Amino acid sequence: MASLSAPRSSVAPPRPLHPLHAILLAFLFPLFLGTLASDLAYARTFQIQWANFAQWLNAGGLLLGGLALLWSLAGLIRHRGGDRRRLVHALLLLAAWGFGLVNALVHAKDAWAMMPEGLWLSAIAAVLALLASWTGYLGFREWA
Amino acid sequence: MRGLLMMTVLAVLPLGSAAQSPATGATPELPEPQRGLLPEMVIPRPAQWGDDLPTVPDGFTVTAIATGLKIPRQTLVLPNGDILVAEGKGQGAPALRPKDVIAGFIKALGKSPVEGGNRLTLLRDADGDSTYETQGVFAEGLNSPYGLALIDGGLFVANQDAVVRFDYIDGQTQAEGPPVTLTKLPSVINHHWTKAMTASADGRFLYVGIGSNSNITERGMEAEEDRAMIWQIDARTGMHRPYATGLRNPTALTIQPDTGRLWAVVNERDEIGPNLVPDYLTEVQEGGFYGWPYSYWGQTVDPRAQLQDPEKVAQAIVPDYALGAHVAALGVAFSDPVMGAEFAEGVFVGMHGSWNRNPPVGYKVVFVPFRDGRPAGEPVDFMTGFLVDEDNTRGRPVGVTLDPRGALIVADDLSNTIWRIAPAR
Repeated sequence: MASLSAPRSSVAPPRPLHPLHAILLAFLFPLFLGTLASDLAYARTFQIQWANFAQWLNAGGLLLGGLALLWSLAGLIRHRGGDRRRLVHALLLLAAWGFGLVNALVHAKDAWAMMPEGLWLSAIAAVLALLASWTGYLGFREWA
Repeated sequence: MRGLLMMTVLAVLPLGSAAQSPATGATPELPEPQRGLLPEMVIPRPAQWGDDLPTVPDGFTVTAIATGLKIPRQTLVLPNGDILVAEGKGQGAPALRPKDVIAGFIKALGKSPVEGGNRLTLLRDADGDSTYETQGVFAEGLNSPYGLALIDGGLFVANQDAVVRFDYIDGQTQAEGPPVTLTKLPSVINHHWTKAMTASADGRFLYVGIGSNSNITERGMEAEEDRAMIWQIDARTGMHRPYATGLRNPTALTIQPDTGRLWAVVNERDEIGPNLVPDYLTEVQEGGFYGWPYSYWGQTVDPRAQLQDPEKVAQAIVPDYALGAHVAALGVAFSDPVMGAEFAEGVFVGMHGSWNRNPPVGYKVVFVPFRDGRPAGEPVDFMTGFLVDEDNTRGRPVGVTLDPRGALIVADDLSNTIWRIAPAR
């Protein structure tokens, strides 16, 4: 659908994400980072409320990050054969979400049973969420 | 995703006594703790009895002496033979975590949808033909009543938040007005809300079981203040002290007839495997510590409870008799020779049945034989047939009470029935 005169060139500037997509994507990293921070607090203090916070923050990340993931996957299908960075972003986001889901199940173990696996999973999920957000906010070139 | 599917209610394996009670007795096997990504949840769904009846041993008859109750839990046989039934359903502790929301929904599938009665129902068999022709409300407006005890002229009821006392005269069918509070009981959150109760042989004391506020401290250590213990309460003044501690959920208490000693059935912790941790029957030692939350079956440490307390673990007592993991023992009653030679010495235990084990266990009443006042031998099935085919159950036994005239009274909080099992005459 690009205009006839536009060359298929790598110098075409990337387009930013749709504002709603950007808003949805904005939740994931802060929520997963909050999960990690809460886990660290629980590990240091044994105060169970931090574990509760971690579980809800992670669940929020799964919900809103899940919507962003659906959007990214839809974009991937809509722009098949397009900018490869779209694929990289979607895979990172899928990985972040997948680790978040496993993390939710690990965090559902009672009391200290979630440690130390929960802490490691939170860290991995937060890093993946950061990378997914970074690659997403770089924007994608549309050609097709 | 396979894991997610497991979260849905699974089909239940065929009934078979071989699958039941893999670890009973004084020295049960304690396998290594294990827990997958998802806790196992197998909830047999409610089914109807139709014309069927529970299965009881040869030479016994079983009849439903009251139906249509509102979540009957524990019963008390009064001196004139009347039966009092405590009916109620705890309010349910608040959901703290995403998990609580999901697990609460799944567990509710296996429970009766009827509202708890918050009342005591009185059943009377005036002519002694074992048909309880009169059924009336003795008292209402109670707060999830559970434990019941009679000490001459005083009927004590353990609500989920207090022990209250009614005046009682033999033959009375209705309480004379509201009860008097003897003492408040720990009731904040009330994760395990049932307050089991029995009276000492001399009538001086009441013993009340107060369950923990969590499976294994996942609501925080602070929430366990005054929990997971048995209180001894002065029946006149209401003064109380912890009698024994570290008992995760003491769901039924009773006094051994000849010795006057206190016995309890206790429900142990979940989510470390299908065969851990055994629920147990034990004589309760005064001042004893039974491990929860730090350890189980004596001194086997449970690292889920942090911070650990090695000094407490070192004091932890090994219980007397394992009933099997997850059977959910909720009733206990000493037998008597009126129940026939085979069941003359021992205790009956009502097992509500598991919700987190495949295949499910419990869902029956067993008899634990005693010799010389101590458990001796494997538990014997006394009342079965609750679980039907695949994944359905027609009932869930709770309280068991001996009627000294020669019958066992069993409360069933799923089919909302009181069962009477008696030697055929």
